[in-house]
Amino acid sequence: MALTLKHLFAVIMLSGAFSLVSAMLFVVMDAVDVAFTEAAVGAGVSTVLMLATMALTVRVQKETKRPILFPLVVVCLVGVLLIYGTLDMPNFGAFDSPAQLHLGSTYLSITYKDMGIPNVVTGILASYRGYDTLGETVVVLTAGLGVILLLSGLKGRKDKE
Amino acid sequence: MDSNLNFIYGHLPYWLFIILMLSGLFIVVSRGNLIKKIVGLNIFQTSVFMFYISIGKMKGGTAPILLDKSANNSAVIYSNPLPHVLILTAIVVGIATTALGLALIIKIREEYDSVEEDDIQKMDQKDLKKYNKKNVLETNS
Repeated sequence: MALTLKHLFAVIMLSGAFSLVSAMLFVVMDAVDVAFTEAAVGAGVSTVLMLATMALTVRVQKETKRPILFPLVVVCLVGVLLIYGTLDMPNFGAFDSPAQLHLGSTYLSITYKDMGIPNVVTGILASYRGYDTLGETVVVLTAGLGVILLLSGLKGRKDKE
Repeated sequence: MDSNLNFIYGHLPYWLFIILMLSGLFIVVSRGNLIKKIVGLNIFQTSVFMFYISIGKMKGGTAPILLDKSANNSAVIYSNPLPHVLILTAIVVGIATTALGLALIIKIREEYDSVEEDDIQKMDQKDLKKYNKKNVLETNS
């Protein structure tokens, strides 16, 4: 759909709907915290930012002819390689996969003793991986600074011309 | 025969996520409009998240929020919390990069008066030709 639509408003709205549906999929796969964040950030903030960009730039995509064969070949090649890579993976939802055998169960048993928080994901995020979360906020700060620096020049330039 | 079917059912979710990822990649590579490219990147990113979360899923498991706080090894099966933590961080970083990309698009549109990749490349080539001609004239004189 996003391929053939010319109106960017429809494209952006579909992208928001996709984020919401993916949040539901995260709930089905037991990742409620991730679903929560995806619904708030992916479907909410990201859609608003894209709409703001659209309002400041253009609303309708220009008609352009671009070659389609080369992207198709690249995409098929990547797809074949990735699917070949999954052949060695354990089944979906398996109990004996390497991901389940080691650290996951340890964290499940020690988080409540260490932190007293029943939500294990929050416990790991804020405590065991506190420095990582601090780094994440630094990334967000840097991105915010970058956006401010990029957009603050807009008005001055227009006045000069 | 039965084990084959089992294998296909067990791997079908991964393949669906890969197909979703490829559609995002296709949008990024084949579309010229920069806003559409960002939408494609978002689809790409979200499908990678889905793949990660699917690795942590356990059959019959529930969300990793402890029901019985006293017992360590209760009968309840919880899905693996570690991929969830990783993806929570990734989502927030993803929105930060998206915001930066969108700001760049606004800036590009101000400079070139277009958000189509083809137009921008044409203008760049024209500028390059002009610049080269000027340089040749200066070195000759």
